[in-house]
Amino acid sequence: MSKNPEFVKFDKVDKSYDGKVLVVKDLQLDIAEGEFITMLGPSGSGKTTCLMMLAGFETPTNGEILLDGNIISNIPPHKRGIGMVFQNYALFPHMTVYENLAFPLRVRKMEKDEIDKKVDKALSMVSLNGFETRMPGQLSGGQQQRVAVARALVFDPAVVLMDEPLGALDKNLRESMQYEIKHIHESIGVTVVYVTHDQSEALTMSNRIAVFNDGKVQQLSNPAELYEKPVNSFVAEFIGENNTFNGEVADISGDECKVKLSNAEIIASAISVKSKGEKTTVSLRPERALIEPSEKMDNMFSGKIEEVIYHGDHTRVRINLLGNPEFILKVPNSTSNLELKVKQDIKIGWNSSDARALDPK
Amino acid sequence: MSSETKQILTTDGIPLEVSLKKAEKKNKIKAFLLVAPLLLFLFITYVFPIGEMFTRSVDDKMITNMLPKTFKAMEKWDGKELPPEEVFAGFYSDYKVLIENQTQGKLGQRLNKEKNGFNSITKKLMRQIKRNKIDESQSIKEQIMKVHKRWRDVEYWQAIKRTAPPYTMAKYLKGMDMYFAADGSIAQVDEDRRIHRILWLRTLEIALFVTIFCFLMGYPIAHLLATLPMKYSNLLMICVLLPFWTSLLVRTASWMILLQQQGVVNDFFVLIGLVADNNRPEMMYNKVGTYVAMTQILLPFMVLPLYSVMKTISPSLMRAGKSLGGTPFVAFWKVYFPLTIPGIGAGCLLVFILAIGYYITPALVGGASGTLISNQIAYHMKSTLDWSFASAMGLMLLSGVLVIYWIYNKLVGVDNIKLG
Repeated sequence: MSKNPEFVKFDKVDKSYDGKVLVVKDLQLDIAEGEFITMLGPSGSGKTTCLMMLAGFETPTNGEILLDGNIISNIPPHKRGIGMVFQNYALFPHMTVYENLAFPLRVRKMEKDEIDKKVDKALSMVSLNGFETRMPGQLSGGQQQRVAVARALVFDPAVVLMDEPLGALDKNLRESMQYEIKHIHESIGVTVVYVTHDQSEALTMSNRIAVFNDGKVQQLSNPAELYEKPVNSFVAEFIGENNTFNGEVADISGDECKVKLSNAEIIASAISVKSKGEKTTVSLRPERALIEPSEKMDNMFSGKIEEVIYHGDHTRVRINLLGNPEFILKVPNSTSNLELKVKQDIKIGWNSSDARALDPK
Repeated sequence: MSSETKQILTTDGIPLEVSLKKAEKKNKIKAFLLVAPLLLFLFITYVFPIGEMFTRSVDDKMITNMLPKTFKAMEKWDGKELPPEEVFAGFYSDYKVLIENQTQGKLGQRLNKEKNGFNSITKKLMRQIKRNKIDESQSIKEQIMKVHKRWRDVEYWQAIKRTAPPYTMAKYLKGMDMYFAADGSIAQVDEDRRIHRILWLRTLEIALFVTIFCFLMGYPIAHLLATLPMKYSNLLMICVLLPFWTSLLVRTASWMILLQQQGVVNDFFVLIGLVADNNRPEMMYNKVGTYVAMTQILLPFMVLPLYSVMKTISPSLMRAGKSLGGTPFVAFWKVYFPLTIPGIGAGCLLVFILAIGYYITPALVGGASGTLISNQIAYHMKSTLDWSFASAMGLMLLSGVLVIYWIYNKLVGVDNIKLG
């Protein structure tokens, strides 16, 4: 079966609530059929607005939204056939679990037998068989969440939208629900558009992630690429931990560049710098820098340990390096651990391919 | 509980339950002292007056105290034929005491209420006694029977016997246009004199329709209040509450200015050519005026409970209903409306109960066809001074309200009421 790579298409969509500020700016986004795409960003970045426009609760100020090739901007929400899981579940409190799930089927005038079958199937998908007669108020948060997911899927929608559905759950439950939703997605192959501000949630679950900031998609790529190869400082900062050096490009040749800091020069990959003299921020993941490296690396500097924090599976070391007192290193805790002492001088090394010279912060 | 259940002891060896009670006693006393003033106030201003009203409404002791010997003698009388000599003798000596105390007039009035014609024959008997025409050595029965032919009529003696019990339900029957017939059975008053039944039905009808009108108008307002952005909803809330803060009399009076035949509304109708100047409709001193004014005055009582319930309904529920494929109407009817039922129940109950006992507004704008049972109660309190009848009707109104509350509880459940 060939999948439509432009199943959902945002075509030059603008959105403004007050006619003064654009919440969403010139959004161009294609979502493939069967894809799990996450819109990730800080609050106020426009991600929920995009979701609401897709669901039909907000209308784009400009541009079009297409679903399977059809413009849907003028179709009311109840005719779009898009399932939605809300932040606070939005289960109907006066209906039983069965009635909640049967609601979308009843409004579609299905036969009772068919409704029973579909509700049963949806409930077994979220392993909640036997809960049909319970009221939502009698369920735990995680169970309510699962009912909400089952309800959004029970009428076989083409697209399911999820608006921070796990925000109200505690950490352990949130993690197990992440896997559960991911597995449901894999087993039924529905297109999922997921909104969250939690980057680890986005990394775990999605095929692709669209990082939103300031009404724009900053980067759209799969989780690994997003983490390993952020295209700008915002993405590098927002996803995962990050060490930065601010400097000026001293020399550029091909993919590599030399960045002049206040007291040293480091070698980095040239990502968004083009010419000499440009200001830049070099980004480096904490786990990519090594202490006392055994092999040769093209960046080798010495720094002073400021703080050692034990984290169970790893130890975080804060080092004053090249005038940056907030340089963080992650050292895995193994039996052959190094002796790390505060105020000790150590050598730090990293490869220029892991250091990315991005736009200045 | 099984006998093996061990008593749990605290570390000091005191049973846990005892210790718990001791610890909570102070809190309980504190809580009671906090509500004590209100409790006392309620007792003095509510429980006590209602008890007083009840005794007054059934009290018939006056006549029992006036004719002790008569009623004693009547105990043996079967009530079918003229009473024996002892009854006449007892009545004679009771009546003589009343004449000495100069309270014989009250007896005449009371007996006349029981049966017409007593007033004149008791007065006639009094004159005979005052002139010492009654010879106590001879048969008193014969002498009294000679005073007036009605004293020879067994029905009059039966009427006296009926007044014997110290309590009577007559006032309650009167409130329902019924009375005790001569033989003691309950009878309807003549059809053209059944005024109270009309008033009861009209009260129910007006209360019902006012409730419906308030609901129809209050529901959309409450919905707007709950969903509009804060700055608009505050303004709207003030619009709803402003009349609430205005004196009831002022509001009723302003309705009089608006609704009278030469009033603002009629002037406007004439201006836009809806009605002819010489044929202005009457919108006051009839049911229309009562409906309009009461609906406006009671509207906040509907809007506020509805608003407080609607405020708690998350807007995402309606969105969920729509995203699941329900048309806006289905989403409203299946999702939103059922969730507002507690507010509807509270609002309707509040408005209905207030409307059923409403007094000032119907008195001022109701005219003859728009007055309610409360106006009749007030009339008997102030004009006829028949307080026991007013009490009886007041209690009937109260029990009516309690019945409605009971039905409501059966149908909807009081737990579902939400006032705020």
